[in-house]
Amino acid sequence: MEQQIIRILTELRPEFDFNQNINFIEEGMLDSFDIVNLVSELDSTFGISIDGVDIVPENFSSVEAIKNLLLKNGAK
Amino acid sequence: MDFTFRNKKITGILTVLPHKVVTFEEEMGNYSFSAAKSMKLKLAMGYKEHRIAQPGQCSSDFCIYGMQYLFDNGLLDKDGIDALLFVSQSPDYYMPPTSNIIQGHFGMKHDMLCMDINQGCAGFEIGLIEAFLLLEQPAINRVVLLNADVLSPKVSDRDRNSKPLIGDAASVTIIEKSDDASVIHANVRMDGTGAFALNIPAGGFRLPSSAETAVMEEDAAGNFRSKDNLVMQGDNVFNFVQREVPPMIEHLLEQAGVLKDEVDWYMFHQPNKFMLHKLADKIGIPYEKMPANIVENFGNASGVTVPTNISYNLGDTVVDGIRKVCLAGFGVGLTWSSILMDLGNMKFNKIIEF
Repeated sequence: MEQQIIRILTELRPEFDFNQNINFIEEGMLDSFDIVNLVSELDSTFGISIDGVDIVPENFSSVEAIKNLLLKNGAK
Repeated sequence: MDFTFRNKKITGILTVLPHKVVTFEEEMGNYSFSAAKSMKLKLAMGYKEHRIAQPGQCSSDFCIYGMQYLFDNGLLDKDGIDALLFVSQSPDYYMPPTSNIIQGHFGMKHDMLCMDINQGCAGFEIGLIEAFLLLEQPAINRVVLLNADVLSPKVSDRDRNSKPLIGDAASVTIIEKSDDASVIHANVRMDGTGAFALNIPAGGFRLPSSAETAVMEEDAAGNFRSKDNLVMQGDNVFNFVQREVPPMIEHLLEQAGVLKDEVDWYMFHQPNKFMLHKLADKIGIPYEKMPANIVENFGNASGVTVPTNISYNLGDTVVDGIRKVCLAGFGVGLTWSSILMDLGNMKFNKIIEF
């Protein structure tokens, strides 16, 4: 799952290295429009619909946070 | 706050759209998105094209054009209007009320009520509830509800939160007493602690427009706006909608004793496609029952998106037949409201261009 997340993130913002252990939001690697595109990609890749109330910046701050978000929303 | 009404119906909806079409491609250069990001957002958010008023056109001009069309085509009797409601955030003047200006333009009877209501995204539902309340009075048999907004001049060209989605439009809705005893269920919620999630900082009495308020400033997300421009705190609005609207709809259906599947159409306000699809998923409604194509074809004209949605997507199906619809609006105020009612046997339901 982590590798799929990194692949999607890299496709969205190829200029950044998402393997780093840093906060993607605080470092300006993802803005709110990136999150819209990211959620759309994650939804279709994992066959889920991430709950709208979970679409807050902190849930997209790291690969681990995104993984937890996916698991919470039923991704296998 | 919950409401129930009987013996009232919508007998006609006319949506009036500007003829000028502006495409996302024409504006993409203002937003500093990469081409790939733009294309993805186009699909997810519904960035395609929007309708924009010509310079100098005001909300009342669209209303007057629409009402004149109805008079000319024998669809509305000028002397049979007992109340004229104008719901907008873009009135012609601070004073007088725009509804009075429209009444005066047509030389309508004096024995009637004109009222301006400052509401936006939930303005169709708020206006309908006000119309239903007025129709409880013996003296009022027909209400004309005007929803109109020409807010595009207030949105910065370099505001990628709002500019790609803004639209200008008006609608004329006729609401009358009826023999139909079917119950209309409605509710309204307000939270003024979030009043500035959507706002125009300058131009009122608190902060009059000046050379200083016209200075463009860059926000943390790279948008450029002045204090004379509309500001939308997109993240806050999105979270508010996702948190508050699903329970409101559940409550409405529960109050009415109606199952989700028994509703033919969910005609919601359309801020953007992504937000609507997330709402549909959360509430458990198939996308086919919740059209999300208004913002991509015409833009978000605040309270006019729901009547536009009805005119564009339901058309003659509510002239020739009857459909159970759930209407919902949510946004500026913060205000959120929903209505469950039958729409049918209407005299007209269409779109014209001005």
